[in-house]
Amino acid sequence: MILLWLILIPFIGGLLAWQGERWVGRGFPRWVALATMLLSLGISVWLWCVGDFSLQSVGGMPHWTVEYQVPWIPRFGISLHLAMDGLGLLMVVLTNFLGVVAVTCSWREIERNVGFFHLNLLWNLGGVVGIFLAIDLFLFFFFWEMMLVPMYFLIALWGHNAPGGKGRVYAANKFFIFTQASGLVMLLAILGLVVVHYQQTGVITFDYMDLLKTQMAPQVEMLLMLGFFVAFAVKMPTVPLHSWLPDAHSQAPTAGSVDLAGILLKTAAYGVLRFGLPIFPNASAQFAPVAMWLGVAGILYGAFMCFSQTDIKRLIAYSSVSHMGFVLIGLYAGTPQALQGVVVQMIAHGLSAGALFVLCGEIYERLHTRDMRQMGGLWSRFPYLPPIAMFFAMAALGMPGLGNFVGEFLILVGSWSVAPLITVLAASGLVLSAVYSLILVQRAFHGPSPKDAEPLKDLGKRELCMMGVLMVLLLALGLYPQTVLDTSASAMDQVHSIYSAAQALAGEAP
Amino acid sequence: MFEFLFLVFTFPLLGFLTLAIGRQRISENAAAYIGVGSVGLSALLTAIIGWQFYHQPAGFSYTQELWTWMSVGDFSPRFALRLDQLSMLMMCVICGVGFFIHLFASWYMRGDEAYPRFFAYMNLFVTAMLFLVLGDNLLFLYFGWEGVGLASYLLIGFWYQDAANGAAARKSFIITRVGDTFMAIGLFIIFHGLGTLNIQDAMSLAPQKWAEGGTMVTAAALLLLGGAVGKSAQLPLQTWLPDAMAGPTPVSALIHAATMVTAGVYLIARTHVLFELSPFALDTVGWIGGITLLLAGFTALTQTDIKKILAYSTMSQIGYMFLALGAGAYQPAVFHLMTHAFFKALLFLSAGSVILACHHEQDIFKMGGLRKKIPFTFWVFLIGSLGLVAFPLTSGFFSKDKILFEAWAYGHHAFYWMGLGGAFLTGLYTFRLIFIAFFGESRATHDAHAHDDHGHGGEITQPKGGDHTLPLAVLAVAALFGGWIHIPLDAVLPQPAISEAAEHVEYSMMAASVGVSFLGIFLAWFFFLKNPALAAGIKQSAIGQLLFRWWRAAFGFDWLYDLLFVKPYLFIVRLIRRDVADQAIGLLPRLTLAFNSLFSNTQTGQLRWYAGMTAAGAVVVIAAVILI
Repeated sequence: MILLWLILIPFIGGLLAWQGERWVGRGFPRWVALATMLLSLGISVWLWCVGDFSLQSVGGMPHWTVEYQVPWIPRFGISLHLAMDGLGLLMVVLTNFLGVVAVTCSWREIERNVGFFHLNLLWNLGGVVGIFLAIDLFLFFFFWEMMLVPMYFLIALWGHNAPGGKGRVYAANKFFIFTQASGLVMLLAILGLVVVHYQQTGVITFDYMDLLKTQMAPQVEMLLMLGFFVAFAVKMPTVPLHSWLPDAHSQAPTAGSVDLAGILLKTAAYGVLRFGLPIFPNASAQFAPVAMWLGVAGILYGAFMCFSQTDIKRLIAYSSVSHMGFVLIGLYAGTPQALQGVVVQMIAHGLSAGALFVLCGEIYERLHTRDMRQMGGLWSRFPYLPPIAMFFAMAALGMPGLGNFVGEFLILVGSWSVAPLITVLAASGLVLSAVYSLILVQRAFHGPSPKDAEPLKDLGKRELCMMGVLMVLLLALGLYPQTVLDTSASAMDQVHSIYSAAQALAGEAP
Repeated sequence: MFEFLFLVFTFPLLGFLTLAIGRQRISENAAAYIGVGSVGLSALLTAIIGWQFYHQPAGFSYTQELWTWMSVGDFSPRFALRLDQLSMLMMCVICGVGFFIHLFASWYMRGDEAYPRFFAYMNLFVTAMLFLVLGDNLLFLYFGWEGVGLASYLLIGFWYQDAANGAAARKSFIITRVGDTFMAIGLFIIFHGLGTLNIQDAMSLAPQKWAEGGTMVTAAALLLLGGAVGKSAQLPLQTWLPDAMAGPTPVSALIHAATMVTAGVYLIARTHVLFELSPFALDTVGWIGGITLLLAGFTALTQTDIKKILAYSTMSQIGYMFLALGAGAYQPAVFHLMTHAFFKALLFLSAGSVILACHHEQDIFKMGGLRKKIPFTFWVFLIGSLGLVAFPLTSGFFSKDKILFEAWAYGHHAFYWMGLGGAFLTGLYTFRLIFIAFFGESRATHDAHAHDDHGHGGEITQPKGGDHTLPLAVLAVAALFGGWIHIPLDAVLPQPAISEAAEHVEYSMMAASVGVSFLGIFLAWFFFLKNPALAAGIKQSAIGQLLFRWWRAAFGFDWLYDLLFVKPYLFIVRLIRRDVADQAIGLLPRLTLAFNSLFSNTQTGQLRWYAGMTAAGAVVVIAAVILI
């Protein structure tokens, strides 16, 4: 039941915030949203503290720490089946935490339709939590599509019309069409999977635990796997299907960007870990080289694109493409180190990219531009913002001691035994990430400040607090990632045990 | 006392945190006390630990485990400090020399608006450098390795308002990052080959698991060497060091002379087992050192900026250390690391004193005759130079001599000759600097400083004050007598036996190297003080011009790398600037629109058009039926 509440609380909070604005006042939705997200965060952290996530999987089946199931459409074997293991928990905690950040950072930014804004934000967050908890494929698909709509509105209604850009409605449409179209392919794959399962057993079911055991002919498996992969590849995003991301980021409001970079992208990696690899291990193992090369392409392409950006948010968006390339490589390398590295990388990237987007929002609030050509010399105009941005830029370039380094190093050290050449190429991303992170710092903060420049208003207590927490979390993740690693260990072991058997088969086949 | 080992890096870490968070709220004096004091406490603790350490039996080592960093499967690096003879020595150099440099910096940086920020970065550097030398596994070492790179970046770009400093800082970070990435790949190989990143375990496992001269061990050793040449500014990743001189002078003394740039030497000495398993890699180390030492020596001859001369000289001296490592003379390499830290830190600090006395003038051709105006600075600079040219009985003499002698004794005659040539060049370029800057007539053009905020072309006077003079005096003593210190390293680094035949030539070799140094000094006197016109004449000749320009451009490496890496990088960036993948996908909606307009154009609303098309369609269908 507690899992259902995790999803329902944001939805109810959203409705309250929306209606409350009319009856109580403009400040009300913000407080409601903050309280809602804090409550959700509290519940998820509480679950983390009391739950036992070290349960080993039995016979390749995941071992859920918390589970909840009620029938929904019994005729088609669809039920409201929610479950949580270590992986799901970490993702839910990350979502709720970044939810708090998203609400906090839009405190002053959003002045129009505050209630409706928070309705969309909270529904989006609730939908994402649903993705991380649903283990009925129909339900999963439901949440997968459902969260797009609020995101669409966030971009289309509260976005910026950056000069030179194509406008917020264009960006929102692009985002929606990319993800919707790829989601459709996934729906077809889900239906195909159900049909195959029905032909074998005579039972129609959408339940993950049943479908996990489906035996498929190799071609069918490959086809269905690709259906899932397309949806995940768009959301990840993987080159060449990434281009919705920079557009969406550059037009989205700050909260939307935090949400996109921190959480939405993670649903794709989560999808591969939960569905792609365990349900289609053999096809995945065969497909792995392609996926890993796509990861390399993403790392390099994203890093090169970063360099030519003038819009600071687009630069960070492309750096996300680059970082997600590491995730893709780690996923398909499939060794315990690589998989655990993926988990750490997802969390660390969520925190660091989220923080950078918040800082961009702060800069925008003061300078009313995101064009780096009009910045420069900001270091002397703020006491605290530039060093904090430097901290997160260092996180992005993989400085040891911060979470991203742990993630990237684990991914690379884990991938070495599977694909040395790919690992070497991916490692060159470490140099390229240094190039774009430092160029970001140089363009925005260093250099002479304009002659008529006045000192700008620095971060307030609210923002400093938020940044402080983010910095401490990244440091904790970088210096003692064991808390996270222990939580996800058994879930990753389960993925690994299924996938490594298939890898061994694929290794013998050719 | 050993259980307090972790405090050695905790003091500067706390200093960094205090200064970083307090920032401008901290007054200049408070910042100096925190910044210098924290390193001072570390130095004190190092002294106590060192005193105890040398009362332990030989071969004693102490490991302090802090916590396990991460543990995934069989990959479980930990945060653990290891104190043995090598790390003890490094700790002494970092904290000891580091403390005096900090003290000097508290004088040098007076009046800078970002005084607390400067000491925050300096403390951060000391912390990271201690991680580097104390880490007991390669990942922890890598942590410190990247950390010093970050601190170096921050300090080179300390005066960020000048975009050129930012560019120099970025260059240094990115080039060393290239080396770091090689090193990271080396770590992957070591972990997969040996199953551990713990240095002691890996070094004892390597001979068992890897055959001598095998591909894997050669690859691992060469990749570690890649990291080492990046950090230590050796060929082919040496180009960043001269640019790094954009940072404040104490930074150059601490990071780019005494400590960080010698990290590569430390790394190779630490992992010497791997290099011994791969003779090819070890030879490569020596050749890289030898060639760098000569190239840098030639370049130093042509520079006019006092700091750049010292930078190339640093590169050249580290070349000696690499050469020694390559010859298997590990102990002399580390010994030279220590003496070099003394005299080069002294040289940089006294150069800082010169630069401030001359109102931020760095061109030696605009100095001249400084000997009389700033006598104290002149004498300490001279002492540092004597150490550098290995003047008999100064510190550099002992270490350089050991390197040359052992290189010969172990049969690496090529290395010996390169080292001897380097000794000549060292004498020449060092005393060229001294004769031009400190002797002769003053060439200062006062009007050049009209816009200087430190005094408008005022008189050049000897800087004073304990925080200026004490560090110079102490380092001068160390540079003079540091060679007498006996550092025990036998438990960590092997000392191959030397044949009796070789021992006989030791003294004649000593005489030879002193001889070439003196020859260099003499020629420097002859060309740059006695007959400057002759030197100018040689420079003006066609071949002289060619060589001069080639050497002055440091053999054109910057130009070459610009051509090979920077330009192609920028080309690719320009090529895909508009996101070619996006444009490819953008074809889809265009195609859709094209079809849309095509079909909507058929909806004309005219009956005859519809009738005509229906008829045409019918013809096509019937024809298809008949024909197919």
